[in-house]
Amino acid sequence: MKELEGAVAVITGGFRGIGLATAKQLADAGAAVAVLDMDESGKESAEAELPGGRAYICNVTELEDVNTAVDAVTEELGPITVLVNNAGVTRDNLLLRMKDDEWNLVLDVNLRGTFLMTRAVSKGMIKERAGSIVNLASVVGVMGNAGQANYASAKAGIIGFTKAVAKELAPRGVRANAVAPGFIDTAMTQKLPKKARETLMGQIPLGKLGEPEDVARVIRFLAGPASSYITGQVLVVDGGMVM
Amino acid sequence: MADIESRVRDIIVTELGVEPSKVTPEASFVEDLGADSLDTVELVMAFEEEFGIEIPDEDAEKMETVGDAIKYLTEKEGA
Repeated sequence: MKELEGAVAVITGGFRGIGLATAKQLADAGAAVAVLDMDESGKESAEAELPGGRAYICNVTELEDVNTAVDAVTEELGPITVLVNNAGVTRDNLLLRMKDDEWNLVLDVNLRGTFLMTRAVSKGMIKERAGSIVNLASVVGVMGNAGQANYASAKAGIIGFTKAVAKELAPRGVRANAVAPGFIDTAMTQKLPKKARETLMGQIPLGKLGEPEDVARVIRFLAGPASSYITGQVLVVDGGMVM
Repeated sequence: MADIESRVRDIIVTELGVEPSKVTPEASFVEDLGADSLDTVELVMAFEEEFGIEIPDEDAEKMETVGDAIKYLTEKEGA
């Protein structure tokens, strides 16, 4: 029997990048997977990449979207036992130039979206007395990064959120952990200027960018029973950037 | 449909996993029925679901005993 047989996993931001790679890993582990994303153009390709999986359009900052998606998944696949809060955006800018909109959007999607999803899903997990929540933080939330005051704040916030939720839900058998990826080769980091990419590469002891699968395998570990005695932790997946 | 009191008592028995005989009007959720803070939140949510109402935090905080809950929910139902 596979380690996530019988589990129902929801992955936000699941139509591409780390989210999609995670959905594939969890499906491979035997879970029924549902990917949520607001990018309507990516729905078909996500479904094609996830045979047997479900894809839903959901903006994690909209309470109604969140509740509708959570209800639909529960109805169609059963009680949700794994939640991966992966949906995220960046709006990089130096502090002095950062617009309120850039700050608000990044906090809203990354941090408030994680809160709304976790609140909606944890109710069922508490009832089931089982569940694993994996939140996507970032090394930037641990070490900071020039030009990303908004993103670093949101990701540091996710780390605090994860620990608080881990303590609250532990008595009900629900775990919460965070993964903090470093420099992963996705659409989000491909936006960076060549110079910035080269500088970042020089800081990675393992000497290469991470692949979405590198993060997805760690999420699979935290989602499943192999990590059953781990909660409230932040696992850094960054080729050694932060030690 | 069963009367409010027995519906409330049923929910308490199910949510807290206690003997029906212990669910007396004087019984305190925390002191007598062993509820922790998360239990009481779950209990309030179960009441909300059963009666189709929303119970504000300030009202929930005042519900300390089985009798408090029955009284509150009876008033809400009658309203």
